[in-house]
Amino acid sequence: MSEPRTLVEKIWDAHRIPSGSDGPDLLYVDVHLVHEATSAQAFDGLRLAGRTVRRPDLTLAVEDHNVPTDSLSITDPISIEQVARLRANCAEHGIELFPHGDARQGIVHVVGPELGAIQPGMTVVCGDSHTSTHGAFGALAFGVGTSDVEHVLATQTLPMPRPRTMAVEFTGTLPPDVTAKDLMLALLAEIGANGAHGYVLEYRGAAIRGLSMESRMTLCNLSIEAGARAGMVAPDEVTFEYLATRPRRPVGKDWDEALAHWSTLCTDPGAVFDRTVTLEVGALSPVVTWGTNPGQAVPLSQAVPDPAQFTDAAERAAARRALEYMALEPGTRMRDIEVDTVFLGSCTNGRIEDLRAAAAVLRGRVLAPSVRMLVVPGSMRVRDQAEQEGLHDVFRAAGAEWRLSGCSMCLGMNADRLSGPRRCASTSNRNYEGRQGDTARTHLVSPAVAAATAVAGRLAAPADLS
Amino acid sequence: MEPLTEHTGRVLPLRRSDVDTDQIIPSRFCRRLTKTGYADGLFARWREADDFVLNDPARAGGSVLVAGPNFATGSSREHAVWALRDWGIAAVLAPSFGDIFRRNALKNGLLAVQLPDAVVSGLLDAADRDPRFLVTVDLLACEVRWDGGRQAFEVDVRARRLLLDGQDDIAVTLADGDRIAAYERGRPHWLPVFGPARAG
Ligand code: SF4
Repeated sequence: MSEPRTLVEKIWDAHRIPSGSDGPDLLYVDVHLVHEATSAQAFDGLRLAGRTVRRPDLTLAVEDHNVPTDSLSITDPISIEQVARLRANCAEHGIELFPHGDARQGIVHVVGPELGAIQPGMTVVCGDSHTSTHGAFGALAFGVGTSDVEHVLATQTLPMPRPRTMAVEFTGTLPPDVTAKDLMLALLAEIGANGAHGYVLEYRGAAIRGLSMESRMTLCNLSIEAGARAGMVAPDEVTFEYLATRPRRPVGKDWDEALAHWSTLCTDPGAVFDRTVTLEVGALSPVVTWGTNPGQAVPLSQAVPDPAQFTDAAERAAARRALEYMALEPGTRMRDIEVDTVFLGSCTNGRIEDLRAAAAVLRGRVLAPSVRMLVVPGSMRVRDQAEQEGLHDVFRAAGAEWRLSGCSMCLGMNADRLSGPRRCASTSNRNYEGRQGDTARTHLVSPAVAAATAVAGRLAAPADLS
Repeated sequence: MEPLTEHTGRVLPLRRSDVDTDQIIPSRFCRRLTKTGYADGLFARWREADDFVLNDPARAGGSVLVAGPNFATGSSREHAVWALRDWGIAAVLAPSFGDIFRRNALKNGLLAVQLPDAVVSGLLDAADRDPRFLVTVDLLACEVRWDGGRQAFEVDVRARRLLLDGQDDIAVTLADGDRIAAYERGRPHWLPVFGPARAG
């Protein structure tokens, strides 16, 4: 019998290539996802060194970060230049690309999974920190910078020290109105925005087994907000069922072989994690952020905390700064905070399940007169699916904007930016200062809370609506 | 890259924790297609305040940024490293870093060095008292030195060797090309592949 191993260790061992030089092993990359905002300099680097792309057939490119979501034609000159460069690079190296306007285009972390291109046991990298999303399939997936993008293009590997492992045990049963987003915001509030620094997390427990693939992606997506290298969920029937109908799945005998392999991908009984964190989920309720990092979060039923309550000096100073930026007073009830913008979208919460959850709240209701709501599907496929289900009619009837797919207001790089000190309830992943616009204030929320907030004009849960 | 063994410079104290890469360079400054030209975007929003450390004339030319824990957390944008470098920052000292940033930094010869909390606090205090306070970051000896003190640090062995020798990261990996090719021959055949002409 071999030593019991964690899921991460199994994937690590299966992709490890011992290096001939001193230093860490090389990790082989099964899928390399590329987008327009962090790849141009990497392709230039290759060209300068006279190198080529080692495995264009393991590389997939999309346009998402800096494309418009209100029009199929791009007018912003910088955006035009960025996508032109990506298109030229993909054409030169024979890389498959889903350009803006393609029926398969969307946010890189939505597109890969819905294709069925992300499968259990794989290694996945992308020049984007939320690559952790793909861990939902039991894949080891992490974000890298442009130098590493170039390294992967040239070698299909990355030199990486073996990561430390952390088990995140969710115990108890998730209440019905509590989503994966709330679960993660609660975890972040508990362990802090750096609480999992350098670890690869494995989410475990019965509460996880009950989650859909979409919810698991939300969960793993937010791993990076705890400072983790990656997050993952061991594959199970839910995973296999999700993959069974996807265009790029293995078929026939290959499916059987793959499935047999996937079924071995779990942490062995007795395997040891470097650290374990446990969170009881039975008493959770919807969670929202009050500050300027995702760990600065409280249940919606509570109030803005008083910085004086923080015992740690750095946390106290950070809380003071955050409240100043957010223009909030300690003791204000979260439910009394008025917003003028609601953003439903991003690689965290832009999938069909998220749109369904929001539409269920908005059906038969209208937005508060002071609120603008943008609904930005995570991909054009999600958009099509939503239209087949009539969700777009619900959003439009409520007064929300039904837009095309892209990163949109998640990051403030493209035209979808807030100007002035607007306050936004956002289903995205970062409430950093200036993230959605230079002086914009962001509250991170789940899709259901986003929808209820749009109706109420202030932070609200669906149960608050009459 | 030119070999890099040590750097000596004046300290820029940034007494903040969880400084995310969106603060280091907001995304609207990340739309260039080059690796240079980002100095304008460095801490662009924070620099609007006159009392921000980078605006202090007494500290002009400072090249060692000392910051609180979890520095450069968040987005993977290497533009954060390029912007610091373009501004003239050669080293960043902090109790902890965002993982992706630390990797990116070392790949670009920006010395991101993790030091104990108490040491960082001491350096911040010293720099607050004296805008001309100097620190040396020695990659060969793996220690940080200042007038009256020194502190050893750990750094990724491969990154250190590449910097000391001025070697190219990718060239070193490509020397293992045969091992990579051997690995590729053993990969399961059902793993997905992509191609420009694929439908679905
Ligand atoms: S939606 Fe936001 S977090 Fe996700 S890939 Fe796009 S910019 Fe990054």
